[in-house]
Amino acid sequence: MNLSESMKMALRSIKTNKVRAFLTMLGIIIGVASVIVLVSIGQGSSQSVQDEINSLGTNLLTVSVADTDSVELTEKTINQFKKLDGITDVAPVVTGRVYAKNGQNSAQVSMTGATSAYLSVRDLELGQGRFLTDLETELRSKVVILGSDTASTLFENQNPIDQNILIGGVSYRVIGVLKSVGTSMGSSGDDVIIAPITSAERATGSTTIGTIYLKAKNEEIVERAMYQVQGVMTTSFPGQSDNYSVTNQEDLMETMSSVSGTFTLMLGGIASISLLVGGIGIMNIMLVSVSERTKEIGIRKAIGANQKSILLQFLIEAIVLSCFGGLAGVAIGLGIAKSISAFSTLSISYSWPVTLLAFLFSILIGVIFGVFPANKASKLNPIQALHHE
Amino acid sequence: MAKPIINIQNMSKSYELGGETVKALQDVCLIVNKGDFISIIGPSGSGKSTFMNMIGCLDKPDTGKYLLDEKEVEKMKDNELAAIRNIKIGFIFQNFNLLAKLTALENVELPLVYRGVGVKERREAAVACLDRVGLGDRMNHLPNQLSGGQQQRVAIARALAGNPPVLLADEPTGALDSKTSKEVLQMLKGLHENGQTIILITHDLEVAKEATRVARIQDGQLFENGGDWIEPERIDEDGLTLYQNQ
Repeated sequence: MNLSESMKMALRSIKTNKVRAFLTMLGIIIGVASVIVLVSIGQGSSQSVQDEINSLGTNLLTVSVADTDSVELTEKTINQFKKLDGITDVAPVVTGRVYAKNGQNSAQVSMTGATSAYLSVRDLELGQGRFLTDLETELRSKVVILGSDTASTLFENQNPIDQNILIGGVSYRVIGVLKSVGTSMGSSGDDVIIAPITSAERATGSTTIGTIYLKAKNEEIVERAMYQVQGVMTTSFPGQSDNYSVTNQEDLMETMSSVSGTFTLMLGGIASISLLVGGIGIMNIMLVSVSERTKEIGIRKAIGANQKSILLQFLIEAIVLSCFGGLAGVAIGLGIAKSISAFSTLSISYSWPVTLLAFLFSILIGVIFGVFPANKASKLNPIQALHHE
Repeated sequence: MAKPIINIQNMSKSYELGGETVKALQDVCLIVNKGDFISIIGPSGSGKSTFMNMIGCLDKPDTGKYLLDEKEVEKMKDNELAAIRNIKIGFIFQNFNLLAKLTALENVELPLVYRGVGVKERREAAVACLDRVGLGDRMNHLPNQLSGGQQQRVAIARALAGNPPVLLADEPTGALDSKTSKEVLQMLKGLHENGQTIILITHDLEVAKEATRVARIQDGQLFENGGDWIEPERIDEDGLTLYQNQ
């Protein structure tokens, strides 16, 4: 009794019970499909996060202060940063939320107080008008650059350039509008107002610099530039290293990918549980099948089937069920993932190793949950089985 | 003299039934030579089924010796017994015991499948066997598309397919009407005439008489009177009490 014989027998008995076979496979189909879809979504979102971080520029360094009382970034520190040979641009930033108004239109937006360097450090692009000049920063000019969303909220279809908006009752002139940058890590980069840092300090009422963005000369020396920046921070604020942090994009990327990795793993894990449940379904049906076919097993044993042949017959039946289920699951999973990427904004990233793994896992489940019923069948006493009705 | 095909010496078997020990077989001895057509007759509860299971290698005795075609069967493990059944015994059952999902041809092929015979070779053998029982034109029918007599002929073909030294027929006519019964018995007789060793187990004396030897089993003990027939008018309702008085 060889393998292809057993295979033929298994296929035949599956064929005679099509509906039951389909229902049994359904558990595996759903399991495999959901593993593929959920992992695709997880990996897709982690891919898009990485793309976003990359799009911010890989030579960006960020000094952020957690406790502005103990770490007070001043002009002096900023000048020290500017002198570092690894750094080309330094952009200190104050942020706050303001209420901006133009006639009937108003918006609660985040205001970023910046300097002329901000545009190049953050790799932003202007859609209209111009950016801040150093003079405007020095003179505390009442000029603003609007994010694309803010511009369309306040001005709807008008051209905002050289129009005035009111922020906290003070009139500001719009000198530029940013190109849309999209949503980045949950905060919209288009829902902003950029003003000279000196004016923004007044408008937002925050005089402390919370963040400094620095641009390293090139990607190769990001690490060195980071050490230099850390050196300045350590000498300026000795013993305060808990209250500020110096990060580069790579650190951020690592953090984000570890977060999204965990996320993907969790989704995959949940889906695997459904695969496991599908396996239990197979075991259940196989046990029913064994007790239904007790007589058949008795006849087969009487005419000379040994335990191995019977075991193989039922085991292969379970594996064939799970294998077909797995294949259908892969097809359906890929189909669903494809339609999700076509009809929604979720980004999908297929993973062939995960697809293969889900398929192999489904076969493994067939083996694991097929062994018990098959073993039960093979151990049946031929005399009792023969007289079973 | 040639060695016997079946040589059973002092075979005993008992089992537990509802807390009581039932002695199904007690010191049974039987020798069957090649070419014998022997019937074993006994009422239900006589130990007939147990004895059949023993001869058919479906069960193992508690004590005693069993040489089947010079092989010591009584000490074999389950898998060895399966192989012995496959090669040495052709079973014919009362209710045919064909696999309902397989065609006549596939049913006949099955013993050869388990013997590991190649596809072409076993198909030829199965077709030949079906021709032999006169069902060459019904090979691709499923059992439920055949009459009872035809089903039993398929079962005979299946028993013959492996060319076993012993055919073991358990009440082969029990589920058939008298006409088809005669046909089946005729067929067994024909096989015997061609040198096939046949053991026929039955409770029906009329059927048992078709054999050349008759052994009687009662209360777990086997008696044989060498084919010396008792006149039919002396047979009781159950067809057996006459032996007890001898």
